Amino acid sequence: MRPLTPRRVALICAALGGVLFIAVVISLRMGAYPISIPEIVMTLVNRFIGRRNEIPPDFWNVVYEIRLPRIALGILVGAALSTAGAGFQALLRNPLADPYVLGVSSGAALGAIISLAVAPQTPGLIQIAAFAGAAGTIAAVYFLGRRGGQVDSATLLLAGIVAVSFLSAVIMFLMTTLPGHEFRGMAFWLMGDLATQPAISSRWLYLLLIIGVGSIYTTSSDLNLILTGEQEARHLGVNVNRVKLVVYVAASLLTGLAVSVSGAIGYVGLLVPHLMRMMFGSDYRLLIPASALGGAILIVVADLLARVVVAPTELPVGAMTALVGAPVFIYLMRRSVR
Amino acid sequence: MTTAETTTAARPLANARSVAPRLKVEQATYTHAADRSAPQFTLGPVTFEAQQHELVAVLGPNASGKSTLLTLLAGLNKPFSGRIEIDGTEVGQLDLRLRAQRIAFVQQESELLFPLRVWEYVLQGRYPHGRRLRFESEQDCLLAGNALAQVGADAFRERRMDQLSGGEKQRVILARALAQQPSLLLLDEPTQHLDIGGKVELLRRLRRLAENNRYTVLVVTHELDLAAEFCDRVVLLHKGKCLRVGAPAEVYDRALLEEVFEAPLEVEMRANGRPRVILHER
Repeated sequence: MRPLTPRRVALICAALGGVLFIAVVISLRMGAYPISIPEIVMTLVNRFIGRRNEIPPDFWNVVYEIRLPRIALGILVGAALSTAGAGFQALLRNPLADPYVLGVSSGAALGAIISLAVAPQTPGLIQIAAFAGAAGTIAAVYFLGRRGGQVDSATLLLAGIVAVSFLSAVIMFLMTTLPGHEFRGMAFWLMGDLATQPAISSRWLYLLLIIGVGSIYTTSSDLNLILTGEQEARHLGVNVNRVKLVVYVAASLLTGLAVSVSGAIGYVGLLVPHLMRMMFGSDYRLLIPASALGGAILIVVADLLARVVVAPTELPVGAMTALVGAPVFIYLMRRSVR
Repeated sequence: MTTAETTTAARPLANARSVAPRLKVEQATYTHAADRSAPQFTLGPVTFEAQQHELVAVLGPNASGKSTLLTLLAGLNKPFSGRIEIDGTEVGQLDLRLRAQRIAFVQQESELLFPLRVWEYVLQGRYPHGRRLRFESEQDCLLAGNALAQVGADAFRERRMDQLSGGEKQRVILARALAQQPSLLLLDEPTQHLDIGGKVELLRRLRRLAENNRYTVLVVTHELDLAAEFCDRVVLLHKGKCLRVGAPAEVYDRALLEEVFEAPLEVEMRANGRPRVILHER
């Protein structure tokens, strides 16, 4: 009997943080301007210890103006999507739940596009609209996915698929008919990429990320019990409705946050929590922080590959995650149907 | 139809240890309908008491209100009228966690989404005793270990829940309830998926748990003979009415049981003062 300790959580998170740091450094190296890994580390360390004037201007520009913002965006999106995925999996008691597969990302994208059409200059509105789109979609999919008062796994996934194709059609319709260029490309909203920086300061986005991940983390002991059965969790004193509400709002917020800055990147919320479960077990007290870090690593690496494999052009990062995610989804589905 | 009759023939041992009853159900009623088109089902009024160290059986045919009564006792539903008290406090007044510290409810377990190890499952029973977001302490592990030992599940504490047989799983679920350190242990048809050996073993274990610890154990079951053999008190329900409460010998009346269970039965009193029910096809 070795129950999970805070020490083990801290150790694993530190290890994942180390992997993330390595991925960030490698990703910083890749690009047209040549810069070596020791130079990158020097650039990062010098800023960290406050010796900014010792950094050559070229290095400053390449690292802090061009490459790091994109990587930081990737970290934000990856952490948000995989935590949202882990949250939806517990909320819907379905191991295949994922913001993209359930149509939540498409709903968020639709919300974002509508806000851009209505009031493109209002800061923060796009995040709010994406959140509303996400929350509305998951509610609709949840009610469509119920059969005889019970959430049925297959029906839920079908409802998600229908939501994705319907919302994608609406997005395409809007983008073809609405004039304006603030909309970015159709590929951005339907596949997702990290090439454009958001208008809003990343400080706010990170604050929302911490609030979202933190609120789900506070329910992690409850989620462990809910996963063994809602009724049983009630008998053990869990306020199931309160927990579900917190996770529902927080996971929708995280999805809306990610989609508002990167479009609908798929399968991250499915891949990462599953990988983390295989490596560290299914205890949510560890799974939530591990998924957040693992999601950040996955997106940083996927974006790196998206930029490298077809250089000098690049793939949308969503294409990379879907290339890996879709087969894994099929594998998991066949295993759970068995 | 016989009117509700209450007998408080508790064992002298239990009386000596505590005067106030552990569980007190006073004229409790409840009404519900499965869905809008279904006819309303009314339970009660039900009145009985149970002491510490007692094993109580709730008996009755299908749809007699056994499980409904259990949800009232567990505090999952509030009675329409009447009172249900545990150690002098009304169950409905207790907040969720406090209730889970006093009452453990063992149902047929639901399917696990991600397979847990036996010890992880049993440790969940410690949840109501800490903060909401918590890590288990040494003390929690010790109590979970004791609970596993009490049900004889020590040997497979490292196994996964989905690798257990029906009887083993039943014991582990019971261990989780014991890890809650409740005063009242409620079990909803725990014998359902067990073979006869497993049923006897379970009832014997519940009997021992009630005798050796401070528990009051209440079990819903269809097993008339096992209830007669092991229980101190039985509550007989029929179509929502509480027909009789008392020691098995007082409740097991041939005419009454025949009417309730709609089967030709014979009741035979054994030398140890406990009745036995025999199916008697004419």
